[in-house]
Amino acid sequence: MSNLRTPYGWMAEFDRPDLLLSATRLAYQTGYRKMDAYTPLPIDGLEEALGEEKNWLPLLVLLGGMAGALGGFGMQYFANVIQYPLIIGGKPYNSWPAFIPITFELAVLAAAGMAVLGMLALNDLPTPYHPVFSVPRFELASRQAFFLCIESRDPHFDREKTREFLEGLKPVGVYEVAPW
Amino acid sequence: MTQRPLIDPNFSYATVTDKISSIVLTRKISANWLLGLAAAFGLLMVMLLSLGVLFAKGVGVWGLNNPVGWGFDITNFVWWIGIGHAGTLISAILLLLHQKWRTSINRFAEAMTLFAVACAGIFPAVHLGRPWKFYWLFPYPNTMGLWPQFRSPLLWDVFAVSTYATVSLLFWFVGLIPDLATLRDRAEGKLPQLIYGILAMGWRGSARHWRRYETASLLLAGLATPLVVSVHTIVSWDFAVSLIPGWHTTIFPPYFVAGAVYSGFAMVLTLTIPLRQFYGLKEYITERHLDNMAKVMLATGLLVAYGYLMEAFMAWYNGSTYENYMLLNRLTGPYAPAYWLLLVCNIGIPQLLWRSSIRANPLALFVIAIIINIGMWLERFVIIVTSLHRDFLPSSWGMFYPTRWDIGLFIGSLGLFLSLLFLFIRFLPIISIFETRELLAEEQERLHE
Repeated sequence: MSNLRTPYGWMAEFDRPDLLLSATRLAYQTGYRKMDAYTPLPIDGLEEALGEEKNWLPLLVLLGGMAGALGGFGMQYFANVIQYPLIIGGKPYNSWPAFIPITFELAVLAAAGMAVLGMLALNDLPTPYHPVFSVPRFELASRQAFFLCIESRDPHFDREKTREFLEGLKPVGVYEVAPW
Repeated sequence: MTQRPLIDPNFSYATVTDKISSIVLTRKISANWLLGLAAAFGLLMVMLLSLGVLFAKGVGVWGLNNPVGWGFDITNFVWWIGIGHAGTLISAILLLLHQKWRTSINRFAEAMTLFAVACAGIFPAVHLGRPWKFYWLFPYPNTMGLWPQFRSPLLWDVFAVSTYATVSLLFWFVGLIPDLATLRDRAEGKLPQLIYGILAMGWRGSARHWRRYETASLLLAGLATPLVVSVHTIVSWDFAVSLIPGWHTTIFPPYFVAGAVYSGFAMVLTLTIPLRQFYGLKEYITERHLDNMAKVMLATGLLVAYGYLMEAFMAWYNGSTYENYMLLNRLTGPYAPAYWLLLVCNIGIPQLLWRSSIRANPLALFVIAIIINIGMWLERFVIIVTSLHRDFLPSSWGMFYPTRWDIGLFIGSLGLFLSLLFLFIRFLPIISIFETRELLAEEQERLHE
């Protein structure tokens, strides 16, 4: 019965990045929005061709770094001024220049942690299984092949017309992507 | 300007992928690899034995005494952490500077960083009189109601080194994700597929993922760059903030950072020259790479030479009896051979690198790199031990002689480093596959123009 269920989408394979890029632009002009491209290396301009989404990562990293710096300085201030004030070497309780190295290190630590965790979270990783993996040729996406997948949740998606559209782009092949 | 290409433009995405991944996936375990791992593992056992004796008997098994409270332990710590810095420099700073030649060595150099930091981290932990209480270094809520001393460079060091280790690990792992996906897709057996699959976390090369991925890489590089400078600066403060003649000098932070990069590049060359030979990677790690690394060594070596000069000049010029004596003692005292040898290793012999024929000769580079490794170890030894052993009062002068456990732990840490490297070479791609594909794309584009 599986072939009666709506597929995840149609996928076209290309053997060159420039072919994928022009195909993606054409698909966008045709009106498709819910689509993604899969490539073995980052391609300049491909994201823009798919319809750019806001990249929140830099902001998250900035917030992470600020939290690390505030937390780092706050911890030292709390320890030395509030919780256990102790005169050491005749220095003031809040001898802030001495607190800068640890403040800096914790800012970098938190920002770097946020860069990695934020990147994974925004990318929905880990996702051990994804419908695109059901296409046998897709294992080449990490070697030399370039794929464009138009998803069935796109309002313009039509099982027949979308396939014909993709076949018109002169791909190496067009494959149905099984649903989740 | 026509430059030798960094990669043969006749390669394809498929061939570079297959070539690099085959080292991990299809190459049989070779006798040489097994022999190398066995030797490294043997040295690792020497480390465990030295640590066992140390834990059972205490730091008295080392040659430490009053006044020499720091000997091989901190020398090894500074040496290892310095070696790590080249990896971060290659992966972060050269990325920001768009130095394409870093592509084929950055993965390996990052791994080297990670393993060197692992070796470095052992020494400060075990040189504590009571190493089982090492966690007292961290600020954690405790029933004693105590905090660590936040105004001390030694505590800054704890934060710097642990941040550095964490960020290096993250950077390295993020760089591996797309390649782990390649290995997942290319592995034959069920078990490798499963392991690489779990590690790749379902990476599928989506264009939207790539964009965030590249942003994350760039931001990590931007964060790692000041971090690496801060780490060795803080290490140098361990010394410079004290009042010991020979340590109390403002040249230390820049001079330590330059020395770290210097020794790190020497270690990268020491490791990559045999590696490209044995694994047939000369098309990837080309002579141009070796030439560039040799030039970085030459430049940082000159910075280090300037550091030595200023150190000596200031010791003489400031007119302090103790500083004057420190200089005299370094030049003519009981440890003078170590000082002269380090000058030969770090300043004398590396001047051969001015000649392009030497830079084009892998064997000569390999030998010079090893000499620099030795020289940089001696530098730290001289800074630490000769400064300590002549205290302000002649009545408290002493000598440091390493015991077999000092030497055992040092040799053993090389075993840990090499064991980790051998395992890394076997199980993970030593050259970044996806970045090599990118490099190839750029090289082909350049050819079309």
